[in-house]
Amino acid sequence: MSLNPAKRQIHLAAHFPGVNNTTVWTDPTAGSQIDFASFEYFARTAERGRFDYLFLAEGLRLREHRGRIHELDVLGRPNTLAVLAALAAVTEHIGLVGTLSTTFNEPYELARQLATIDHLSGGRAGWNAVTSSDAFHGANFRRGGYLDHADRYVRASEFAEISKALWGSWQDDAIVADADAGVYLDAERIARVRHQTRLFDVDALFDVPASPQGRPVIVQAGDSADGRDFATDHADVIFSLHTEFEDAQDFYRDVKGRLAARGRDEESLKILPAATFVLGDTAEEARERSREIALAQVRPETAITYLEQVWNRDFSGYDPDGPLPEVEPDTGPESAQGFANRHAAVRARIAKLRETAAAENLSIRDLIIRLTANHTFVGTPEFVAGEIDRYVQERATDGFTVVGHLTPHGLDEFTDRVVPLLQERGSYRDTYEDGATLHDLLGLPAVRTGAPVGV
Amino acid sequence: MTDRVHVAVALDGAGWHPAAWREHSARPAALTTAAYWRDLVRAADEAGVAFVTIEDALALGERFDTAPEPRTDRVRGRLDAVLLASFLAPLTTRVGLVPTVTTTHPEPFHVATGLQTLDHASLGRAGVRLVAGSTPAERANFGRRADGPTGLPESGHVEEDPQLVAAFREAGEVAQAIRGLADSWEDDAIIRDLESGRFVDRDRIHNLDFSGEFFSITGASIVPRSPQGQPLVTALAHQSIPYRFAAEHADVVFVTPADPAGTGAILAELAEAAAQVRTEPEPLRVFVDLIVLVEDTADAAREAWDRLEARAPLVTDARIVVGTPDDVVAEIRAFAEAGVDGIRLRPARLPADLNAIAEEVLPRASALLVGDDGAPTLRERLGLPRRASRHTRSEVSA
Ligand SMILES: Cc1cc2nc3c(=O)[nH]c(=O)nc-3n(C[C@@H](O)[C@H](O)[C@H](O)COP(=O)(O)O)c2cc1C
Repeated sequence: MSLNPAKRQIHLAAHFPGVNNTTVWTDPTAGSQIDFASFEYFARTAERGRFDYLFLAEGLRLREHRGRIHELDVLGRPNTLAVLAALAAVTEHIGLVGTLSTTFNEPYELARQLATIDHLSGGRAGWNAVTSSDAFHGANFRRGGYLDHADRYVRASEFAEISKALWGSWQDDAIVADADAGVYLDAERIARVRHQTRLFDVDALFDVPASPQGRPVIVQAGDSADGRDFATDHADVIFSLHTEFEDAQDFYRDVKGRLAARGRDEESLKILPAATFVLGDTAEEARERSREIALAQVRPETAITYLEQVWNRDFSGYDPDGPLPEVEPDTGPESAQGFANRHAAVRARIAKLRETAAAENLSIRDLIIRLTANHTFVGTPEFVAGEIDRYVQERATDGFTVVGHLTPHGLDEFTDRVVPLLQERGSYRDTYEDGATLHDLLGLPAVRTGAPVGV
Repeated sequence: MTDRVHVAVALDGAGWHPAAWREHSARPAALTTAAYWRDLVRAADEAGVAFVTIEDALALGERFDTAPEPRTDRVRGRLDAVLLASFLAPLTTRVGLVPTVTTTHPEPFHVATGLQTLDHASLGRAGVRLVAGSTPAERANFGRRADGPTGLPESGHVEEDPQLVAAFREAGEVAQAIRGLADSWEDDAIIRDLESGRFVDRDRIHNLDFSGEFFSITGASIVPRSPQGQPLVTALAHQSIPYRFAAEHADVVFVTPADPAGTGAILAELAEAAAQVRTEPEPLRVFVDLIVLVEDTADAAREAWDRLEARAPLVTDARIVVGTPDDVVAEIRAFAEAGVDGIRLRPARLPADLNAIAEEVLPRASALLVGDDGAPTLRERLGLPRRASRHTRSEVSA
């Protein structure tokens, strides 16, 4: 069955499992999160499943818990850009998208790194632009300290503008390479990029020729109003957390509705929320597996640690199967995770936790399961495929960013059992088109930078 | 009998001669393509080259180029070398991958984790060539630091420009950060202990807590320890300050004696510097740089060289060898006898001279070369033992 033009096409991203409790390392089949072989295996599976892109998160400092390194979850990962570059060598079609900070990079360097991956992959590079800006992460970087919260999207937005200008600064035909005439370069076809503001003072001549996509695909993952503005100004894809059907539809309508005012077409911005899945031969079996996986994701010590992070207190004496602690949080100057948490935010957070726990009479562990291991799609492959298709056809999303719970083979089951059913429905590709760029795979308008003006 | 030497190859654009891109054998429109680099580095890998270096810079022109517009008669434009090396890692099996990193502008934390990742992806073949950075063009591209050197002083001596001297001090801090972050996870930090529910043993992961003149880094690396432990750290050095930098921080230094007879003085200066500042446990390995153009006959080589020079003269500190494969072998022998550890060949033309090195020169030089005994990592292949992390507690005997 091939794509049915009457149906909206589903787009899928494959998220390599990360360094939080949802990645289960206690499973006997769980493999390395760092060996390149794991990334290669994962990428090949995703390519077999005809995913639009592979997605890597980023963390620029090891997680800490109450001032010490967090021991319970998978810890440590490779440098995002270097893994993507290596993956370009062992894949042929799939997009390669990395999460990279606008705060702890400089536009000239990041733009040349992303352009490099775009060249090496034949037009498959993408960038999830994130803005984390706290002092905890800042302590690993030249900038030090941290960027004022209010400035994080100002910097992100200017960063994106400078990057786009750099990517567009070489016309496609700037390299002449006329050996007889001795002319390698047409300097007229390379534009200088100037950007002088409070935050930047760039006067640059880019040193990477125009790459196959013109520029990499830009993804945005932040939920604030500023985050949404950044997305409608600069992004091609939003990685959201809105997966509940009506909520997803509202988010979809809101974001797509903002595009026209910015002169953008609805199809130029795809919304691919994070989604987890658990499959079974029957609905009942899937529910049981979901419960088992949730219990592995939220071990008793995980649940207690989670609360300790919110309260910033020692809860080692508490029973994970008992009720929430009654005590007040210790709102010291900064939260344990290093995010610049304000006191009010901590208190609001705790009030929310108490409300959720009380409403359903949840133990500590079940509450944390509800918050971090509430699987998006649980059921038979037919059910999961049907749901994904329904979300897309009914404009709740353009697809999903799928994350499994096992490294590196957590995507196998989805690829082998759900993908063929999506293909049968006619709303998901069954082959890649040769030479398709990531822009092409996502159905985004092509970026032609400095294409020669027509005759 | 003289000791055998290693051979490395230095890759840059269409080759080291500025007119090389105009040769019929060149692929000037392909210099930023995957296929071009895959072909080059596979040829080096299959020929048994110990490692390749890949040039890089953070500006379009040449160092200290002050012209407002880029030159149009030279190769311009390139790819990020660390990422290019990462791309080449899964495509090769034995050859070491040594990208260039400019030390002034990039975040040392990103540089260090990128090199660790290159080491993971290549299963222990990562290195780096550090270049003390900061030219006016780079500073304008980044727009973050106004201060810095504007060029080499008239005399050519680095020590006469405090800004250049500072750039080398900063490069030293970057080298320390690279090694320190590589050591921040002990080999066995990942324990996956089901009983205690701990994925890592945090006592075996150490914050760097580096605070230098130019930057500070608090945390440990985000990357667990890689196969080599530390990447191979290399540098090119022409004079005293860079010699000192290399003696203090590098595993391998590339030097440019005018001829074999001039090698002894350089080795002596390096040895003296090392005696004063070296903290690395292994001796510094010294490689001599030779620019090579190889043809089957001396006449053909001379003709090709004259054609290139008529188009654009090459300016270089390195010795130039234009001749037959046997001529290059004779040069390798002469420098081996002068006591160096290796030769880094810089092909004048790519891919032509790399192919000649692979197919003609190395097979003829085999009696002079350290063979590949299958050592698991690049460091070990060069006779440098794998390092334990500086934090690994020595066994306490009762
Ligand atoms: C689904 C999702 C995934 C994210 N992944 C990362 C990540 O991998 N690394 C990171 O530093 N920040 C990540 N973030 C946070 C940032 O995207 C964002 O910059 C930060 O939350 C501040 O933006 P906001 O206030 O708009 O949410 C993620 C956010 C979301 C919603």
